[in-house]
Amino acid sequence: MLESPYVTQYLTEHFAEADYPTLEGYERFGGYAAARKALTEMTPDDVIEVVKTAGLQGRGGAGFPAGMKWSFMPKEDDRPKYLICNADESEPGSFKDRIMLERGAHQMLEGILIAAWATGATATFIYIRGEYAFPATQVERAVAEAYAKGYLGDNIMGTGFHHDVRVTRGAGAYICGEETGLLESLEGKKGQPRKKPPFPAQYGAFGMPTTVNNVETFSHVPHIIAKGANWFRGFGTEKSPGTTIFGVSGHVVRPGLYELPLGTPLSEIVFEHAGGVPGGRKVKGVIPGGMSMPILPAGQLDVPMANEFLREQKTMLGTGGVMVMDETTCMVRAASVISYFFRDESCGQCTQCREGTGWMNKIVDRIERGAGEEEDIDVLGDVAGKMEAKTICAFADAAAWPIQGLLRHFRDDFVEHVRQRKCPFPGSFEL
Amino acid sequence: MVISDETRSQIDEAISKYPKKRGALLPAIHLVQADHGHVSKECAVELAEIFEIRPIEVMEVVTFYNMFFDSPQAKHHVYVCTNLPCSLRGSRGLLSQLESHLGVTAPGETPDGRIFLGHEECLGACGYAPMMRVDDEYHEDLDVEKAKQILDSLGK
Repeated sequence: MLESPYVTQYLTEHFAEADYPTLEGYERFGGYAAARKALTEMTPDDVIEVVKTAGLQGRGGAGFPAGMKWSFMPKEDDRPKYLICNADESEPGSFKDRIMLERGAHQMLEGILIAAWATGATATFIYIRGEYAFPATQVERAVAEAYAKGYLGDNIMGTGFHHDVRVTRGAGAYICGEETGLLESLEGKKGQPRKKPPFPAQYGAFGMPTTVNNVETFSHVPHIIAKGANWFRGFGTEKSPGTTIFGVSGHVVRPGLYELPLGTPLSEIVFEHAGGVPGGRKVKGVIPGGMSMPILPAGQLDVPMANEFLREQKTMLGTGGVMVMDETTCMVRAASVISYFFRDESCGQCTQCREGTGWMNKIVDRIERGAGEEEDIDVLGDVAGKMEAKTICAFADAAAWPIQGLLRHFRDDFVEHVRQRKCPFPGSFEL
Repeated sequence: MVISDETRSQIDEAISKYPKKRGALLPAIHLVQADHGHVSKECAVELAEIFEIRPIEVMEVVTFYNMFFDSPQAKHHVYVCTNLPCSLRGSRGLLSQLESHLGVTAPGETPDGRIFLGHEECLGACGYAPMMRVDDEYHEDLDVEKAKQILDSLGK
């Protein structure tokens, strides 16, 4: 079983309780009271208003305001409406949703139920990545318990409201975390993203109005409804309220999960919470928000972990996956691993992405082998620049940004490979 | 018919849970694979009949996803995660030690068909690296000895 996060706040405070994943355990800590409040005392518009006032931003990577997303769902529309819970967590460096599914499935379900009430959705599809076999069993059990207790299905809590929840397992494709790639996969097809517009709120799952939110985003909702928007705004920054679960990995003493307010300085996460780099070595760079997000060099770690500050440093919070690399790390090797991943996972639909990810990987590997020329470094930056904002989905951008970040802050590593015609970091991690 | 009656009724049950029949195609492929280990041409033809699509459309889906297979597979699948967080904590060294231990080059399988050894791209266990997935189970915070013992305990 996964360990509870090292630092907990309202989202994860009961994760260490053995019975918390069960309905009985969840209710012992006040579970489903917020859903009862929403369904019996609040109108759908009231709920949306509270979530908007709370300023809850999506926790799946893009940080879009959740309340606003819900309000895009058409009101005067007879078609069935759907919610999607995106549990296809596969951003390298991100491993927070897994524990939310394993230990907090009812918290997530309660958030789904409240969101369903707010948007008038008739069904939710929880799409879980195929490799998360055990988390999927926990969610399936929680769904069955909620049906048996009358919290899902017909006449929920005696209000006449009806909602169904289905659990779908993916089958191993990073691109299915992209919301329209997910919709295609849910419909039984290859997970190739759709051109937008139409956006999912107009034409989503099975052609119906649909809202897609991440596991953690749903999980904040019961707390906001129970304790209010002002309470929620007591955590985090003015523009980025609430906590999030940071996943710290790489060269640190205590890798793992930490639930902390948004705006916590990156240096506090790396050095105080995760214990810094083992062996007294220094940090070379930190990827702050999952592998798609540009790296920060050691000199920029004082940045508060919220998008309004991270954007000034040309990076983003993403999924809160903090990847620490110490002074032994070869940044060309890091670029090799990163570019290989995106080459492997490109769905192949758009030329810029299909070709660009392959080119970047080949150029980086040539440089790492000591067979690159200085002009290769410029070509690499040029290819990355030509992949941005030109494709159907943001995958190509996500592939280009980390390479651009590495070139911005660690160009010398690339240049040294070319000059010495070999990797100048023999003590770096193995490729 | 290669798809058993029992699997067929599970597929029908899955179909009843989606607004459109085809929504149950991924669940159906998971079911067929649990029975047969892979999706054979015959299975694809039968799935196509059930879902009222062409066999090529079934195969397009099978070959798009890493967890679906169109050819017979080893008894156990072992994947060492080699993405960046795991590589930073020695997963590439672990993978090469396991290659020598089994006498295979990843991706590849042992001659007796007992174990397929490969690498995988991020399994959502970055804080517990290095790690490997053995069939449906995760093994985390590994060292070489622990990993070898796990492989040795896998049956034929």
